[in-house]
Amino acid sequence: MTGAATETLAAEHGLTKEEFARASAILDRAPNLVELGIFSAMWSEHCSYKSSKTWLKTLPTTGPRIICGPGENAGIVDIGDGEAVVFKIESHNHPSFIEPYQGAATGVGGILRDVFTMGARPVALLDSLRFGSPDHPKTRHLLSGVVAGIGGYGNCIGVPTVGGECGFDPAYNGNILVNAMCVGLARADRIFYSRASGPGNAVVYVGAKTGRDGIHGATMASAEFGGDAGEKRPTVQVGDPFTEKLLLEACLELMAGEAIVAIQDMGAAGLTSSSVEMAGKGGLGIELDLDRVPVREAGMTAYEIMLSESQERMLMILKPGGEDEARRVFEKWQLDFAVIGRVTDSGRLVLKKDGAVAAEIPIAPLVGEAPLYERPYEARAPAAEIDPSSLPERDPVACLSRLLGSPDLSSKRRIWEQYDHLVQGNTVQRPGGDAAVIRVAPSGKALALATDCTPRYCRADPKRGGMQAVAESWRNLSAVGALPLAITNCLNFGNPERPRIMGELVGAVAGMREACLALQYPVVSGNVSLYNETMGEAVLPTPVIGGVGLLADAARAIDLGLKREGDALILVGETKGHLGASIYLREIEDRRDGAPPPVDLAAEKRNGDFVRGQILAGRVAACHDLSDGGLLVALAEMAMAGMRGARLEAATGDLPAHAFWFGEDQARYLVETAEPESLLAAAHAAQVPARRIGTVEGAALTLFGRNAISVSALKATNEAWLAHYMAQG
Amino acid sequence: MKAGIVVFPGSNRERDLAAAFQRATGQKPIFLWHGDSEIPDLDLIALPGGFAYGDYLRCGAMAAHSPVMREIRVRAAAGVPILGVCNGFQVLTEAGILPGALLPNRSLAFHCHDVRLRVENSQTIFTCGYEAGGVIRVPVAHHDGNYTADAETLDRLEDKGLVAFRYCDEAGGLSEDANFNGSARSIAGIFNDSRNVLGLMPHPENATDPLLGGTDGCAFFEGLVGALQ
Repeated sequence: MTGAATETLAAEHGLTKEEFARASAILDRAPNLVELGIFSAMWSEHCSYKSSKTWLKTLPTTGPRIICGPGENAGIVDIGDGEAVVFKIESHNHPSFIEPYQGAATGVGGILRDVFTMGARPVALLDSLRFGSPDHPKTRHLLSGVVAGIGGYGNCIGVPTVGGECGFDPAYNGNILVNAMCVGLARADRIFYSRASGPGNAVVYVGAKTGRDGIHGATMASAEFGGDAGEKRPTVQVGDPFTEKLLLEACLELMAGEAIVAIQDMGAAGLTSSSVEMAGKGGLGIELDLDRVPVREAGMTAYEIMLSESQERMLMILKPGGEDEARRVFEKWQLDFAVIGRVTDSGRLVLKKDGAVAAEIPIAPLVGEAPLYERPYEARAPAAEIDPSSLPERDPVACLSRLLGSPDLSSKRRIWEQYDHLVQGNTVQRPGGDAAVIRVAPSGKALALATDCTPRYCRADPKRGGMQAVAESWRNLSAVGALPLAITNCLNFGNPERPRIMGELVGAVAGMREACLALQYPVVSGNVSLYNETMGEAVLPTPVIGGVGLLADAARAIDLGLKREGDALILVGETKGHLGASIYLREIEDRRDGAPPPVDLAAEKRNGDFVRGQILAGRVAACHDLSDGGLLVALAEMAMAGMRGARLEAATGDLPAHAFWFGEDQARYLVETAEPESLLAAAHAAQVPARRIGTVEGAALTLFGRNAISVSALKATNEAWLAHYMAQG
Repeated sequence: MKAGIVVFPGSNRERDLAAAFQRATGQKPIFLWHGDSEIPDLDLIALPGGFAYGDYLRCGAMAAHSPVMREIRVRAAAGVPILGVCNGFQVLTEAGILPGALLPNRSLAFHCHDVRLRVENSQTIFTCGYEAGGVIRVPVAHHDGNYTADAETLDRLEDKGLVAFRYCDEAGGLSEDANFNGSARSIAGIFNDSRNVLGLMPHPENATDPLLGGTDGCAFFEGLVGALQ
């Protein structure tokens, strides 16, 4: 073995003095360089969740339909008929800022592998993107690179990108967020896990070769790397969707047989985390001969092989006698296949290179004694509520145009038309609505999918913001008629060593917990991305929620486009005119203050269950949840989607007009129906606030018979901003 | 009717195409592996969309040299109907079975959205489900669909009625806007001289189900199946 590592070298690997001492105690000696690399990877924030685990454990993760919660590659939910939906969201923020195309592309590649490694065929991708100010010199380049990277990977591999969100804020100038979600389908009795078993079983490496790309994102002294700085590769990995497509088809083909005991993709920390996690879950040991690992270049060291994050690779444990079958399948798909080791009963990770032992670590303490921090946190003083009557009166139609033409509310068509959202032939509802709807052929069921977060709410009040993100996700799925099943989350925050940031994380998780419990909407998988911070400037707290819902019949799904002249428009939920932390306040009054809207979870549940019930009863022609921009923006979006107008005759009551039209009160929906009397009667019976506010009519939006604007003019405004912005690139 | 769909490594719309054929015929087509140099007798061979061999080098360039293509060239010459959709069209041009080439879209970006197509010639096995001059709505999903050929070839295609579809507006009119990818003379699909081979960029197979936003592709498959039975 190579010489013992020092505390200084450990610090360069991101290990604290205490962590280094703990690693030395586990080994009963100082670790060598390879072992140090393994400890630092396994105990990194990314792999160990050492700052967030205490809080993540408070989230509800179980339910009658849940087959597998957090801890595996992805979460799994039973959708009946022997079918299961497998899904997860993951961040690729730091690499995407450094190299937007490859960073985003490999983010997609990684999340796809998390899903198909469990035996599921990926059927949909979504994303959640946050960029800095549009005026920032880097933003356009980052936006176009990220979008091209997501498209480049997803389009090639043939998984439709069906939904997502994209927002802008100066807080992301130095750290963009790129979160990708993948959803797959599997037979509930054919799911593959990562737990190793059977000492003596072969450990098999498949997929692409291992190169020097992506080695150890952490800061690294060049002297310890092997001397030649010219040998360094960027820490961003390079994706090859073509190889991933072959890997996907080969894995699913092999999974139809009985050869596999366990399988795990090589994601963050590559061969290290996959081998350690597989053995650790099985309470076993693993012995690898690193000379057998297929490599892209000669002379790679044990350190480089163990820490490479080359893409499109998998590690499998095979049953005795399964090797021939596996080799045949992978050779058919022209992929590398190598038996690189055996499962052992020693409980130790033993790595051999050039005939000598390069590293030896007991696995149980490596996994089980990872550091766990209860970092100090401070809650923020709650922002003051804003009295809407303190704001000036303005022309609502002019304000509407401004909002629809603003970066956050502008149409994102230019983005999603660069993604193949139709491949596989099951896209019932395309991007642009509340939730995408994907048919589950041949049963005729459908999945509803959405990603959501309102970071400005989370900044103003992390707990309310966390709660609202879950509630909006639940509402978006309900608005298409789906029963929300479960979520995956991606928690994007700044540096957790700062109590203010830790307070944002703690608050957001507390809010999510309450909402998940009240809405029976558990968390089945997720990812935490911390240190999204540059020179002390953190991103807005952005706990993104990826929601999955179920429709028994795809044909019952409802979209948001207005459908029929003369239909009634019914506003469901209570309107109080809440403008704190709203889009209106920011875009029209140039103010970012105020408390976000309170979230009444009982009202959310009651109103959402009511709307879903009415959709399934066939009374609803179109439906849209009310969120950013409130009632008038929601109505405009319905009008633009259906290219029909509406006449609004609702009284604003005691509220100032701007609060009525643009307030962001939660638990609300706008519904088009041909049967207003029966729908209103049903609402009354269910104690759900509902009132008729207008009628589908003509080709313009008309407010109280005076302020009118044509729907085509609104649409032109809504489509213009992003098209213009991206064309300047 | 016996149909076969070629699967190259990197094909990704073979199942979409199979579902459209199955809907029209009630029978599942068979899949042909790119490495097979012998294939069974078939009434129709289809090359699906996707990124064959990753579309490395040029779209369709490597697939055009795969073992199965040698046999497809022979079948095409013998009059067996061959359909190439999207990447399949690119492979057919790279294999020299159809003239011209497909360059990157004018915008240099991937485009996925519905387009309108004008049916230019309905007197073929592929288009007999439509009326000449009719306008249909089907989706596109490609990065390299900008059809290009020299003027002589384009004139010949037009003179001989070998243009199958053109990009158009809702009323059937041709314009720069409607021709979103910049194709020469708005060409979206062409036949070979004997009209037993069709290549087109749009995806009629993704417009065969009312639930999925359109059924204008149904007549394509029903017409084709009817003509071959």
